[in-house]
Amino acid sequence: MGDWKTITVPVLSSDSKNIFHYTSEKKISPPSMNSQVLRLPLPSSKNMHSFFSAFCTEENIEQSISYLNRELTTLGFPSIYAESKGQELNLISIINCMNELLVLQHKNLRAQEEVEMQHLKLGSDMDHLQNCYAKLKEQLELSKREIVGLQERDRQLQSKNRNLHQLLKTEKDEVQKLQNIISSRATQYNHDMKRKEREYNKLKERLHQLVMNKKDKKIAMEVLNYVGRADGKRGAWRTDKTEARNEEEMYKVLLSDYEQRQKQLLVENAELKKVLQQMKKEIILLLPPQKQKPKERSEDGLVLSDPEEDIGELNKENMWELSCETVREQLTNSIRKQWRMLKNHVEKLDNQVSRVHSGTLNEKDVISREDHELETEKLELEIQQCKEMIKTQQQLLQQLMSPCDDDTTLLLQDCYLLEERERLQEEWRLFREQKKNFEKERRSFTEAAIRLGLERKAFEEDRGAWLKQQFLSMSTDYKHSENVTTPSAFLGSCDQDNRLVKSTSQRKPPCMLSGPVSAEPCQTSQYITRNSAASKKPAGDSKPNQWVESDKEETE
Amino acid sequence: MRKVPRPPSLLGGRSQGRDTEDSSAFVLGAQRTGEFSDTDVPVTALGPPGWLLCSPASCVQYRLVVRDARTLQILQLYTCLDQIQYIEWSSDSLFILCAMYKRGVVQVWSLEQPDWHCKIDEGSAGLVASCWSPDGRHILNTTEFHLRITVWSLCTKSVSYIKYPKACQQGIAFTKDGRYMAVAERRDCKDFVSIFVCSDWQLLRHFDTETQDLFGIEWAPNGCVLAAWDTCLEYKILLYSLDGRLLSTYRAYEWSLGIKAIAWSPSSQFLAIGSYDEKVRILNHVTWKKITEFEHPATVASSKTIVYKEVEKSPSVETERLSFPPTRALASSLFSTQSKYDVSQVPVSLQHIKPVADRANPKMGIGMLAFSPDNCFLATKNDNIPNAVWIWDVQKLKLFVVLEQLCAVQSFQWDPRQPRLAVCTGNSKVYLWSPAGCVSVQVPMEGDFQIVSLSWHCSGDSVALLSKDNFCVCYLEREEVK
Repeated sequence: MGDWKTITVPVLSSDSKNIFHYTSEKKISPPSMNSQVLRLPLPSSKNMHSFFSAFCTEENIEQSISYLNRELTTLGFPSIYAESKGQELNLISIINCMNELLVLQHKNLRAQEEVEMQHLKLGSDMDHLQNCYAKLKEQLELSKREIVGLQERDRQLQSKNRNLHQLLKTEKDEVQKLQNIISSRATQYNHDMKRKEREYNKLKERLHQLVMNKKDKKIAMEVLNYVGRADGKRGAWRTDKTEARNEEEMYKVLLSDYEQRQKQLLVENAELKKVLQQMKKEIILLLPPQKQKPKERSEDGLVLSDPEEDIGELNKENMWELSCETVREQLTNSIRKQWRMLKNHVEKLDNQVSRVHSGTLNEKDVISREDHELETEKLELEIQQCKEMIKTQQQLLQQLMSPCDDDTTLLLQDCYLLEERERLQEEWRLFREQKKNFEKERRSFTEAAIRLGLERKAFEEDRGAWLKQQFLSMSTDYKHSENVTTPSAFLGSCDQDNRLVKSTSQRKPPCMLSGPVSAEPCQTSQYITRNSAASKKPAGDSKPNQWVESDKEETE
Repeated sequence: MRKVPRPPSLLGGRSQGRDTEDSSAFVLGAQRTGEFSDTDVPVTALGPPGWLLCSPASCVQYRLVVRDARTLQILQLYTCLDQIQYIEWSSDSLFILCAMYKRGVVQVWSLEQPDWHCKIDEGSAGLVASCWSPDGRHILNTTEFHLRITVWSLCTKSVSYIKYPKACQQGIAFTKDGRYMAVAERRDCKDFVSIFVCSDWQLLRHFDTETQDLFGIEWAPNGCVLAAWDTCLEYKILLYSLDGRLLSTYRAYEWSLGIKAIAWSPSSQFLAIGSYDEKVRILNHVTWKKITEFEHPATVASSKTIVYKEVEKSPSVETERLSFPPTRALASSLFSTQSKYDVSQVPVSLQHIKPVADRANPKMGIGMLAFSPDNCFLATKNDNIPNAVWIWDVQKLKLFVVLEQLCAVQSFQWDPRQPRLAVCTGNSKVYLWSPAGCVSVQVPMEGDFQIVSLSWHCSGDSVALLSKDNFCVCYLEREEVK
């Protein structure tokens, strides 16, 4: 036991210290964890059971408890002993401690995981950085080498340059030398030439003397007769007078030439002046509002020139007639001034333009923008409308174009025809049915008429029989002669009977036609009654026919 | 002295001298030397009032033939002492000067009086050049070695001498109105210019020019400015007033070869200077500063330039019209190739030759340039690109047209009346350009006819085409102005 203690306590203490350290560390900076601390809980959890079994036995339970208590109290947990009963264990506090220890354990595990992750990340980062470092090192090496190469080349080039400079210098020297040689040779040549020419001249002189002094008879002109001068004048002797005249004429020629040239220049000048004047005028016209401002701005410079200008404008007509010398200054001054103004103006305009381009907070600009937006909206609307219009137009166009497609048109036509046909067929069916009904009615009517005729015949026969009987009885009984009128009266009211019969017969068909009950038969019956009331024609045969026809008309 | 009846066509314009209105009557035709035996170098002279043109006879007969310009009928026949090397019309077309340098003799013939004659013998002094004075009554003869210039008068017996004339390309220059003559001189290894009054040959001005070796002098058409330019070793042009004052000096560059040719515009407003650096520089007449320079690169890139390229087309032969044996005209037309112009699409690269470096007078630079009579156009030729004529719009100072020919351009000349340029390239075609377009005209001649030079009549109605030993006249209808 003593051995165990000596061995285990340091381990535990180190463990606990580490844990403590860990907790305190965690508070400060959890990521900066020591790997050693992380590893420790793991083996302990693995061998938990065996470790604990070794730790606590039957014999040393008390000691173990006290040890645990001590340890726990040092860790800041409440004592596991009940305070009041000394050595008695406080189960609740033990359980709490356990729970907290477990919680702590979980926390630690989580922290450990996190730290592991962190570690992995950091490891990969490290690797990456190391790679980068290696690469950069390589690059550095390369750059260094390059620099060395470049320096070497630079040195070479410099030396080359130096050589070239040297060469150039020598060449220049050479050129100088050659030029000197050339010039010396030229002077020598010229000198020789002169010498030779002198000799040659001497020879010429000599020859001249020889040739001319020989009184060469050959040198002569043979003319048949002298001709007149081209101008018709006679030749004059050469005298001082003629010389003076010649001089005079020469100067005349020169003068006339100069005069002509002057005239040309005058014309040219006048034209240029005209252009200048026009330019000036146009500039003035261009700059009426700006004219005032520059004057104010740079008064001192322009006040002086103003009176000049006034003078110039006063005798403008004369001004252009004057020679350039007197007018030149005024003209150039005024033109310069106006040119400056124009320049200012143009610059101002430029500035304005640039301001318009750059500045957006201008009030006018805002308004215009709103306007612009409105306008764009309007335009967009219009575009939408137009698009719709175009769409419909396209559709219409397609429809218009589709007739060209035979199949569809045929199909459409067929559709329409089919519909029409169906409708017609339906109508036709209805019409057939009605016709059938009418036929039926007609048949019933004829039957009724036949029966009526039979009944009437029977009735007539009955009446004949009755009359015969009456006659026989009258002949037998004289007294009953007054009653003879009655049968005649009875005969006179035959219509009434007839009506009755008719009504019965009329009443009958409804019963007979009760099968196909409809409004029409009712109507017809009503019609019949009305007709019977209106027309006293007793021809019952023709009546149904008539009705059928009328009905037909109606249906149609 | 016997008066010889003259053809009526010769009467007109005579008294008026320079009046060109009637000058068309004066146009003379020349003999085709091919009709004579043993032809030699022909000489053609063209003088005011126009396009007077004649050709010497064969060297056996030393003949001078004068023809009518319209009909080419022979008007006169003169026989000289020796083979004629140079002929020139007097300004009023009354006289013809025939120079025989070998003999040192000048013969003058009158058209009015065929019997009249004049012979000037320079004797042992020799003769290298002869010319008329502007009044048509004096002849200026330059002796050998440029010892002196002798001025012979046809009016009086007087003879004037001008000493120390400079042996240069263009040493004598007359003003357009014929009043003054400038002569380049060389004394004591220095260049001088003397200005003479032509009416009495009095020296008016004499001044030295700041040149190393004066190469040429030329009056402006208004007769008030004299341009003098230095040798090609140095680019330097000096402008002098009539009274001898130096107006201006212009130098474009140093060291390399300089001016090759110059041309005044007819208005005297511009002076175009063509140089060995293949550029034309234009000076103005007010400040005498450069206005612009026209480059002549081998590639024409501007889309605003029209490039006319001459292309050969095979003649279409109507077989049914062929007869056997073929007529000579038909045969010649069959074997001569026709050509026409096509408008090329820019950029166009022109045929460019590299000048030989180790030869003197390299074939490069602007060797020919001329303003049109209305001042509107300037035609130039770059000797590096011998097949092209460049026509510049002077009003816009821009390149206007380039004519690319099949052969090297030998000569060109503007119509004196309108902006119309005639070009010849050493073949049997003459090419005409005007702002409306251009056309190639085949000379309807048998055999080979190589046009090496051409000359307009002053009326602009016809142009004489000269080959080595033939000439023909091309008449241009006014309606057909192209």
